[in-house]
Amino acid sequence: MAACTPSRINDFTLKIATVNGTGSASANTLLMKAIFRSGVPVMGKNFFPSNIQGLPTWYEIRVSRDGHLARSGSIELMVALNPETYARDVREVAPGGYLLYDSTWPRPVLLARTDITVLGVPLAQLCNENFTGVRTRILMKNICYAGALAALLNLDLERMRELLTETYARKPQLIESNMKALRLGFEYARAHFACPLPLALEPMDRTAGHIMIDGNTAAALGCVFAGATVAAWYPITPSTSLMDAFKGFCERLRVDPQSGEKRFAFIQAEDELAAIGMVLGASWNGARAFTATSGPGISLMGEFLGLAYYAEVPAVLFDIQRVGPSTGMPTRTQQGDLLACAYASHGDTRQVCLYPANPAECFTLAVEAFDLAERLQTPVLVVSDLDIGMNDWMCPQFQWDDAYRPDRGKMLGRAEIEKLDKFHRYLDPQGDGIPWRTLPGVHPKGAYFTRGSGHTQFGTYTEDSHDYQVVLDRLMKKWQTAKSRVPPALIEGPGSEVGLVSIGSSDSAVHEALALLAADGITLDYLRVRAFPFGEEVERFLAEHRLVFVVEQNRDAQLRSLLTLETGVEKAKLRSLLHYSGLPVSSHFIVEGVQAELRGASGAARPSAVGV
Amino acid sequence: MTYITKPKLTHPSLPQNALGMTRRAYEGALSTLCAGCGHDSVTAAIVEACWRLALEPQNLVKLSGIGCSSKTTAYFVSGAHGFNAVHGRMPSIATGANAANRRLAYIGISGDGDTLSIGLGQFCHAIRRNLDMLYMIENNGVYGLTKGQFSASADIGSRAKKGEVNRQPPIDPVLLALDLGATFVARGFSGDKQQLVPLIEAGLQHRGFALIDILSPCVTFNDHEGSTKSYAYTREHDEPAVQADFVPREAPILVEYAPGEAREIALHDGSRVVLRKAAEAYDPTNREAAGAAVKARMAAGEYLTGLIYLDPEGGSGEFHALNGTPQEPLNALPFESLCPGSTGLHKVLGRYR
Repeated sequence: MAACTPSRINDFTLKIATVNGTGSASANTLLMKAIFRSGVPVMGKNFFPSNIQGLPTWYEIRVSRDGHLARSGSIELMVALNPETYARDVREVAPGGYLLYDSTWPRPVLLARTDITVLGVPLAQLCNENFTGVRTRILMKNICYAGALAALLNLDLERMRELLTETYARKPQLIESNMKALRLGFEYARAHFACPLPLALEPMDRTAGHIMIDGNTAAALGCVFAGATVAAWYPITPSTSLMDAFKGFCERLRVDPQSGEKRFAFIQAEDELAAIGMVLGASWNGARAFTATSGPGISLMGEFLGLAYYAEVPAVLFDIQRVGPSTGMPTRTQQGDLLACAYASHGDTRQVCLYPANPAECFTLAVEAFDLAERLQTPVLVVSDLDIGMNDWMCPQFQWDDAYRPDRGKMLGRAEIEKLDKFHRYLDPQGDGIPWRTLPGVHPKGAYFTRGSGHTQFGTYTEDSHDYQVVLDRLMKKWQTAKSRVPPALIEGPGSEVGLVSIGSSDSAVHEALALLAADGITLDYLRVRAFPFGEEVERFLAEHRLVFVVEQNRDAQLRSLLTLETGVEKAKLRSLLHYSGLPVSSHFIVEGVQAELRGASGAARPSAVGV
Repeated sequence: MTYITKPKLTHPSLPQNALGMTRRAYEGALSTLCAGCGHDSVTAAIVEACWRLALEPQNLVKLSGIGCSSKTTAYFVSGAHGFNAVHGRMPSIATGANAANRRLAYIGISGDGDTLSIGLGQFCHAIRRNLDMLYMIENNGVYGLTKGQFSASADIGSRAKKGEVNRQPPIDPVLLALDLGATFVARGFSGDKQQLVPLIEAGLQHRGFALIDILSPCVTFNDHEGSTKSYAYTREHDEPAVQADFVPREAPILVEYAPGEAREIALHDGSRVVLRKAAEAYDPTNREAAGAAVKARMAAGEYLTGLIYLDPEGGSGEFHALNGTPQEPLNALPFESLCPGSTGLHKVLGRYR
């Protein structure tokens, strides 16, 4: 871990340890947003418990002049405000780093390390002397540490006032009390420590044209822009904020100002089985519909997803992955549903999946998911995760093309049906495996029967082997067509003989790791999978590299399994780097894994390289 | 779902409805159920009701789950889209479909296994949402396709074909629906078409959730001595509460009712239900009394049939009414009214800068 030297200007990580439910989130957001507004690239990650009040919670803010958006793997400044976690919090600080704590009470445990600088600020005492009411004092203690940090890190108090003014536009009395708490901390730090620290901030201009947004909000926005009108879901962490955001956007953008009519239906279902059923019913009936869930919901939705695959009903589903198996750790992140999503449901079933790596892609891939679902007449699963979905990410401002119109795929209208002698739902007139569909209420000649039982290409029930196989084989043809319709994998690199493949939220850590490895003389080509089925480019990349690292966040190397199942790659040349602690993968983890493999003594144990 | 094409031959002298269509236009594929199955009579009653209502076939949506009853959606109105969902999950498909297009008529066909066991949750929640649909349970107390297991509607003491006696209390869909706030609750018997057809007509026209529980004997597995869902037992123990006659909006009143004998209730589209009391002092608009009457008859081993409960104001709490969706179906709204465009995006993103 790098020591803290003056070169750490705009390049360090600070971590704030508090207790859940004490209101620290607003102070942390204030800090992060103030850094962002100073033009300095910043990342914020919230490690919170599955609890309403009382359990430990951490917030990690990484400041990166080079724009790295992953966890670095080290902490240079710890704000330790939770006695329950003092011991581990102290341990985590990098040598030469700093620790700030509430010195209202003596805390000998925090003074155990001699290689870090401990800064005591009597936060509780300052707030008790200046504010009344228990709740206010607790809340203001958070703003107070933000003030102390502003002094220590050289943050502009006026910029923080500007943010408070925006946040409390409707409660102006809160602006002054918050400013008072900020100044208390700020002035105490200035009077007692050499401010700013060597870790300080200097304004830059690297955040212009960017926004700070979480992936669930971005995905919800994508659904609004794609024209989705029916949203059905059952509450489950960490997907709930996606639905909340959709509802919020619709209430602002889709309510008729005169009549009050809502141009959307938002349905809280009785369970995940019903949620996906409602999505299928609505999509089958011509509305753009979606649901959002997490791993346990994917398990429950399996039966309906198989029906949708076989009966060819479009649907859009967001899986915000959390830690499994079973209930797992609901507020921690993982990429553990890759296999469950790809082959969701019994029988020969395969599902189209999209893998956003950040909120910007949550927005664009949400729109693309609706188009693909209708074009391919099948469910499209947007496989995101808690890290993308619930953390604020810095991304380039989203763009929208006003020429966009929904692609409804092969759908016959009234006039077209009228001209037909007879309509058959599951024929393949164009040879791409995609049949024509009709909607209820349009024309009696367009009527057909949708069923999950065996059916012929004419849409009738069958138990005939040949007729059954004709449809199954045509579905496989459609799957081949899908390979060229889904977003291609992104490939970059200097043309090395060693490659690296990753997926989803692992991307930002991989990018930083590649830069660090290049500085160390190790260059790798990089492919990021963005969809299932894999396109030709994935097959080619795997064939062209002697050795390929596969970086993913689960224990069982699920991406590696998918690659070996669905491409011709030789299993032995894939090396897994598996991170499954529940925290987002750090760049250090990848750097160390690659170095160990490429530089490790031959035959030595490679703990990170897992054979499946 | 078994499908056998039925030749469409129409005789010029067959009676036509307001659309100029004969009953044949409302038929579907040939049934593959057992000869004498109660469900086929229900299918015939649906054909009759749809023909009488002069529904445009494409404006009907047929939904079902899994089981013998759920097969029957293929046997009527072939000009309507059908959706044979997974076991017990038809209500969620109906909810989504209805959310997408409120203008169509939704008819769901289910069985006692599909509704009262695997699908109990979805059934209850469709009622809670007061989804605008007609939900019909073809109730025979038995699992037919898996060869004769008791269902959750089997009565205590009812004997299975192989001799086993049911000891668990039944779940009664009528009582359940009354409890959950259903706005139209009826019970029929597949063997009484005269009672059933107007119930189906009224149920289709009712705005909100309409339930018709239909005792529909299984001739193969539950029509023997000792069964409480056999033809013989049902005929014997059928206790009509209220005879409902359905009067379409345009139709003149042809039947004269003696004062005090009949009561007329207008449905939201102007059509009317005329209720003739069969039992003394029965008030089909009183939810508590209706529930008490059903229970009392049940204690006597009888099935109270007819239009058991109707809330004439039921439509006010209907799914779309509560949701505030426009009259124009959601699936037909112009894209421009849904997407805020680049200017809208810029505005929305303001708070994330």
